[in-house]
Amino acid sequence: MATRIDVNGLTAYYGKFKAVADVNLTIEPKNVTAFIGPSGCGKSTVLRTLNRMHEVLPGARVEGRVLLDGEDLYGAGMDPVNVRRTVGMVFQRPNPFPTMSIYENVIAGLKLNGVRKKALLDERVEESLRGANLWEEVKDRLGRPGAGLSGGQQQRLCIARAIAVEPQVLLMDEPCSALDPISTLAIEDLITKLKSSFTIVIVTHNMQQASRVSDATAFFSLEKTGDPGRLVEFDKTSKIFSNPTEKRTEDYVSGRFG
Amino acid sequence: MTTEPDSSADAAEPRGAASATAPPTDPPPAGGPAAASSGKARVGVADLIFKNLTRTAGIGLLALIAVIATFLVLRATDALSANTGNFLTTEEWFPNASPPKFGVAATLYGTVVSAAVAMIIAVPVAVGIALFITVYAPRQLSSILGYIVDLLAAVPSVVYGLWGLIVLAPHMKGIQLWLNDYFGWIPLFDADSVGRSLFVASVVLAIMILPIVAALSREVFLQVPIAHREAALALGATRWEMIRVAVLPYGKPGVISASMLGLGRAMGETIAVALVLPASFNISEHILSPAGNTIAANVANGWGEANDIGRGALIASGLVLFIVTMIVNILARAIVARRREFSGSAA
Repeated sequence: MATRIDVNGLTAYYGKFKAVADVNLTIEPKNVTAFIGPSGCGKSTVLRTLNRMHEVLPGARVEGRVLLDGEDLYGAGMDPVNVRRTVGMVFQRPNPFPTMSIYENVIAGLKLNGVRKKALLDERVEESLRGANLWEEVKDRLGRPGAGLSGGQQQRLCIARAIAVEPQVLLMDEPCSALDPISTLAIEDLITKLKSSFTIVIVTHNMQQASRVSDATAFFSLEKTGDPGRLVEFDKTSKIFSNPTEKRTEDYVSGRFG
Repeated sequence: MTTEPDSSADAAEPRGAASATAPPTDPPPAGGPAAASSGKARVGVADLIFKNLTRTAGIGLLALIAVIATFLVLRATDALSANTGNFLTTEEWFPNASPPKFGVAATLYGTVVSAAVAMIIAVPVAVGIALFITVYAPRQLSSILGYIVDLLAAVPSVVYGLWGLIVLAPHMKGIQLWLNDYFGWIPLFDADSVGRSLFVASVVLAIMILPIVAALSREVFLQVPIAHREAALALGATRWEMIRVAVLPYGKPGVISASMLGLGRAMGETIAVALVLPASFNISEHILSPAGNTIAANVANGWGEANDIGRGALIASGLVLFIVTMIVNILARAIVARRREFSGSAA
């Protein structure tokens, strides 16, 4: 199921502004890969290019190639809609659909795929909510609004919604930055559990988090404001945090940067 | 680089020092109460003024409604007691005759039907315009179109009514015949002849309310958080699916409110309808036939030559319009409130 991602010479723009330049990296299947770096370094932008969500913003475009098991996501004839069904995403702020119940939120993606059978939907709701470590907390109130849950529960609901369509890759854009430490821990446990089924890429500002959950880490940085962000170093997480090759990486992970 | 931790320690020290020197800085707060209380007093006065101002406005509004209702009821009672017909069921309007005989049935029917058909025509088009502007149109076109729609919504609706009347209505014969030919098996579109019908009035009304409903719907759709739109797209929704999953459900209460505003305008519209309809007092389900009247148009047509009883009768019909409008609004609010916890306002 899980999938290797090769990023080749990727450059992303917002209108005329070059946000990130010439990124090359390989994300291993069934691994957790963390993107770290200072604000504005383009790590979220790179994440969003991996499921073609970058181009949703007006004026945004991409050069270079992103290969999903050898197939170019930006190749001619690739439909972004299909890409996003293969590569799921969880956002910084929990964003369950406010007009839907917990149940409806989980099946939202399945319904888009045309799944209608009640029995199948029921099964997938339980499976996905269990997968997101949320089932026990919500099984008695699946008809209640998803927006009525706590922030951490909402984020796990969003993860359940993303994995319900059985993607191969799961992208997470600072999934814990709006959560308290206990909810954060719950999400981190979940990430460790999910990596047996999915290739996971996570953007985080929290370096302890990156060192706790990830197998590989990519450090992005930029020279100065207005310059495009670049990939500085990409290696095993243990190496990045103990013995990085680049001085800039060492300064950043040890909390000395500037 | 290695000096960084030191400098952060330096940074921490002054803060500690500041808190340590906090007790000596007590005097200013101690001298403060006078200044603080005078500040509080000033805030208190402003608060009091504002509170009373808003309270007066609120009570005034309620009082105004009560006065209007009382006025309508008082003026209507005399005419109603002189009426020899049943006010609610009689399909005639002879309030100036002696004995007077009149009923609101035909005009009420015309009002409700023409407004309802106008809504059926206008709301989908308005929502479509709003969706195109907010979701489909490229950014520059979208801001231009948004500006134009807002501008159009600010034009008094009677201007559109006159355009519909003078330019459009004469060309309505073709579409009415077409509807009659192909959908004549539905009683609604069955007609012996077509002409200045409730349907034409509805189309004119639809044109009149279209800009305001479109402008308000656009505002509503602009409020849909980007996060919800992206959530749908990231699940692999096409643009239309994103609208169905994220935009429309979120915007529904707002679109209902916008539609109610349009409905209110349609039901109260006077001149354009009075000029279109032949002012006949009969209830017919054949909306293509040249017949029909509405309460508002009837008031406009009849007020000039009405005697005291006649005016009272018209006011009574106005009271009916008042009540119908209120019922429709209450129903709309009930619909919106039914799923309030799912509206996103709880989030």
